[in-house]
Amino acid sequence: MIADFDYQFFIEVLVGGLLSGVMYSLVAIGFVLIYKTSGVLNFAQGALLLFAALTFVSLVERGVPFALALVVTFAIMVAIGVAIERTVLRPLTNKPPITLFMATLGLSYIIEGAAQLIWGTQVHGLDLGIEDVPLEVGGVLISQFDIFAAVVAAGMVVLLSRFFRYTRIGLAFRAVADDQFAALAVGLRLPLIWATVWAAAGLVALVAGLLWGARLGVQFSLSLVVLKALPVLVLGGFDSILGAIVGGLLIGASEKLAEVYIGDYFGGGIESWFAYVVALVFLLIRPSGLFGQKLVERV
Amino acid sequence: MHNDDIILAVDAVHATYNHAITALHGVGFQIRRGEILALLGANGAGKTTTLKAVSNLLPAERGQVNAGSIRYDGSDVSRRAPGDLVRAGLVPVLEGRHCFKSLSVEDNLVAGGIGRSGRRAEINADLERIYAYFPRLKEKRRTLSGLTSGGEQQMTAIGRALMSRPRLLVLDEPSMGLAPLIVQDIFQTLKKLNRDTGLSILVAEQNSAVALKYADQATVLENGVSVLSGAAADLRQREDIRAFYLGQEASPAPRSTHLHAVA
Repeated sequence: MIADFDYQFFIEVLVGGLLSGVMYSLVAIGFVLIYKTSGVLNFAQGALLLFAALTFVSLVERGVPFALALVVTFAIMVAIGVAIERTVLRPLTNKPPITLFMATLGLSYIIEGAAQLIWGTQVHGLDLGIEDVPLEVGGVLISQFDIFAAVVAAGMVVLLSRFFRYTRIGLAFRAVADDQFAALAVGLRLPLIWATVWAAAGLVALVAGLLWGARLGVQFSLSLVVLKALPVLVLGGFDSILGAIVGGLLIGASEKLAEVYIGDYFGGGIESWFAYVVALVFLLIRPSGLFGQKLVERV
Repeated sequence: MHNDDIILAVDAVHATYNHAITALHGVGFQIRRGEILALLGANGAGKTTTLKAVSNLLPAERGQVNAGSIRYDGSDVSRRAPGDLVRAGLVPVLEGRHCFKSLSVEDNLVAGGIGRSGRRAEINADLERIYAYFPRLKEKRRTLSGLTSGGEQQMTAIGRALMSRPRLLVLDEPSMGLAPLIVQDIFQTLKKLNRDTGLSILVAEQNSAVALKYADQATVLENGVSVLSGAAADLRQREDIRAFYLGQEASPAPRSTHLHAVA
């Protein structure tokens, strides 16, 4: 049995899983950015993703050039992010986390509703000009689109980490993430930092929305990819960008492998819920996630 | 009727948390420019609440000033955001240091400069100035501040506040958890800053012996009320005060009973 184990097929499944995991990471990073700076689990991230994709597609369908549509959508996402911070989250500062979470939950329905009110409810196809044909690399078949998505996601991560590492506002972001009260006492401009973070989350939502939209079609259910991000966050930790990446890869790979190798015992279709099993088991072993809340402290 | 010589005037302040728990009911004192004032009192006397009220940080912790006034340079602090007060020169150093633990010591200091909205060149100049006062920080500049010692973290917190170019530094319990030698060291540096630059300092301390040694004036709080004010030198003399308000024995009391426990 072991002797005729098909390694090539195994690697193919693994690589496919890892690459789709990158897409999960991208969604999860949007959560992490906001959670780190304001302690809010922004459930509306999925709705933002839908809104971004829908806006982009609708603009393109109305004849707006690709690049311009991208810029306009990004500008709209930044405006929405700043508006949410100002009108919803700032008045609720210092309220218990559950209040803030409920606020973002409500917000996600409002954004979804608004998106459909403005752009309609029909399903749009989104063509990024990347063909989803398999590419053969060293005897292993890999989806071209998956590679493209992974490269884009990696680019995003590098861009964000450079920004937070080498700019003043990035340093301020890390300071706020570390100790919000001290940041306030030092005089850091929290509203500016929050606005920047929401803009960054808007950018992540846009990129993730386009990639997911191209994969699944732009429609209402796109906002449900947040549900895929939750196990990633449980696994990687809610406050770690690195955790979001590793968590995404692990979830992506494990659900694909599980589907292929043990799916038959459950009558198939376990891919859609296996991630939650992994997350649940993980919660029991390591509740703060792989990289969550690693305190820098002398012992 | 604002007196130009007074940098901070706290008058009959009442404060609560959650509109329910009274923390202060009648705290008052004044600090003249270039002066060090020590705010003394036992645990829970209201020192920290007073300092947070001064920096207008109470609202961030669901607290509020209900009566009385706090004027910095003649203007009411409750109308200004904490960050604006920082940029006006009223800079807090929080209890328990609150360094940005995952940032290097130098990045902590730079964050202080960013809080002031300082230009890059100004920030670099200020860094050198602070390293001159705290040479230890220069040695540790690349170390994550969470990995430095308690004394170094206190220096980092003070240095970070100095990056804001303060005119009134508000320190909450700088001696907390530190070895006596380091406490002396920190207070000496504060005194030096005070003498060199005319920096006014408001410092809350449980360690009244050290605070009275370096302060010009002192105010004693008890249960949220200021019960006594005067020159630090006078208060140092009066042993009854030390025994009564500051929780120190006037002279080491002899143990009345010796227990001989034999295991």
